[in-house]
Amino acid sequence: MKEITGLVKGLEDQAKLVRKEIIRMIAAAQSGHPGGSLSATDLLTALYFHEMKLDPKNPDWEDRDRFILSKGHCCPVVYACLALRGYYPVDTLLTLRAFESTLQGHPDMRKTVGLDATTGSLGQGLSLGVGLALAAKLAKKDYFSYVLMGDGEQNEGQIWEAACTAVKYQLGNLVGIVDQNGLQNDGPTDTIMPMESLAYRWRSFGWQVIEIDGHNMTEILHALSLAKCNTDKPSMLVCNTIKGKGVSYMENVVEWHSGAISDAQMEQAFADIERGV
Amino acid sequence: MTQLLRDGISTRQAYGQELLALPATFEKLLVLDGDISRSMQTVEFGKEYPDRHLNLGIAEQNLMGVAAGLALGGYLPIVSSYAVFLSMRALEQVRTSICYPKLNVKIVASHGGLTPGNDGPTHQGIEDMGLMRGIPNMTVIMPADGYSLQDLLRQACTIDGPVYIRLTRDAVPYIYESTDSCQIGKANTLVDGNDVTLIAIGDMVQWAIRASEQLAAEGIQARVIDMHTLKPLDQQAVISAASETGAIVTVEDHSIFNGLGSAVAEVLVENYLVPMKRIGLRDTFAESGPYEMLLEKYGMSTQNIYQAAKEVIALKS
Repeated sequence: MKEITGLVKGLEDQAKLVRKEIIRMIAAAQSGHPGGSLSATDLLTALYFHEMKLDPKNPDWEDRDRFILSKGHCCPVVYACLALRGYYPVDTLLTLRAFESTLQGHPDMRKTVGLDATTGSLGQGLSLGVGLALAAKLAKKDYFSYVLMGDGEQNEGQIWEAACTAVKYQLGNLVGIVDQNGLQNDGPTDTIMPMESLAYRWRSFGWQVIEIDGHNMTEILHALSLAKCNTDKPSMLVCNTIKGKGVSYMENVVEWHSGAISDAQMEQAFADIERGV
Repeated sequence: MTQLLRDGISTRQAYGQELLALPATFEKLLVLDGDISRSMQTVEFGKEYPDRHLNLGIAEQNLMGVAAGLALGGYLPIVSSYAVFLSMRALEQVRTSICYPKLNVKIVASHGGLTPGNDGPTHQGIEDMGLMRGIPNMTVIMPADGYSLQDLLRQACTIDGPVYIRLTRDAVPYIYESTDSCQIGKANTLVDGNDVTLIAIGDMVQWAIRASEQLAAEGIQARVIDMHTLKPLDQQAVISAASETGAIVTVEDHSIFNGLGSAVAEVLVENYLVPMKRIGLRDTFAESGPYEMLLEKYGMSTQNIYQAAKEVIALKS
């Protein structure tokens, strides 16, 4: 019990560092997508700093677990995790979106060390994950493939094509994650294109669905373990989150889907994150 | 039949046959279908190699994405379906999931141009090569016969990156004597001549050869080039044809926009201007009907090629 408490506390502290780097790099770039990066931070911290089998010194290691950021605009959170995990210097983060930077506006696996896929056009990532999971199965390898999607992204039809394929091939080595923060670019998901309930939809497609609080580290760790236990069904973690989580003035504010951060706003954000909003 | 043209098979049939031999050389090869495997002639492959054959149903966008994922996992996926669906329904997946990261996916698209004749415009892929040509990192090929399909498919599998190969629904004559006749990116001169050049691709090569025979009967020596690789285009072959014959006609079973005619015109404009005409669909959908009657109605027959050759020759200064 003590061990788990220590692990959770450690990851919660790590998530704070990730959040600060997200704010710092978007402030430096003067553009980017903070809202959805912050809502996914606890999930990605759990993956990159605990759950996934990785070796930053050997980024192309064949047996590593794979991560695909289907909602590619939230790359700041992945870039921060990779830097803090030691794939490249943390200073590199300040070149986000800059001319000739290795950190493109959306993930480019040919430019950024540690990325497993190129993404950015919504709806395409789950199919990549299905292909990777199939490849693992065919090659009799035991790595897992994780795909993070947005809730607005669930509008895309290709996702549901991929959903069927994963069930057909019984891809128990595929774990999808929906960052259900309730806001998409133009407004609340239930007014732009209602998809309620996502858990019900995924379950009806034949997936193992685990619905959790996407900011509760204990629940996240538990769900990630549970997902790996079901060997003949793909799993979908439907995670209830808050867009802009951790920064008071960004939480649940649709305008912070994307935008520039001023110096004063950055200081305020650091204080909020440290305090734990 | 002329000496050059002998009874042949469709290039999709040649594809189905050649696939059976590929796993011996390419151990990571997989074939992905979208519920038209009988038509794509991949059924035998599926029987022979059930573990290498994946049928992902009627969902082409996902088909491309899964192929990309399999390539990320170290496999060599060949995606099989019709040109219309692979090039248009799944175009952005081809662009962003496959071409941008330059993944090792081969796309084999049958029913190119008017060869699906009676199926009608929904199944006649007339824009596909132009769309594919516009995407960086993509190679675009259309073999003229069964032998060249074998050569070009095999070579495509050795390229580390995306390749689009366009096939015919119906039989095309054999033009080559055997395999080992074609190299990706290198045009083949099938008929020598210095009065005009007919640059053709795919099923239209046969009609260009026939037009050259009609011209020869009048003492006009037309060069015929099989431009099986639309991209990267063999620019030197185009420039040589322009400088040595002084007039060019392009011949394609495709829209006159963005395909072979456009690609050749681009090279001529930047390098060596000579009179030129394009044979192809002139900004129109076709309709159901027998292939050869459609070619005639839409200005793409042997007679049209012959006529265009005479016109460009007349324009030579």
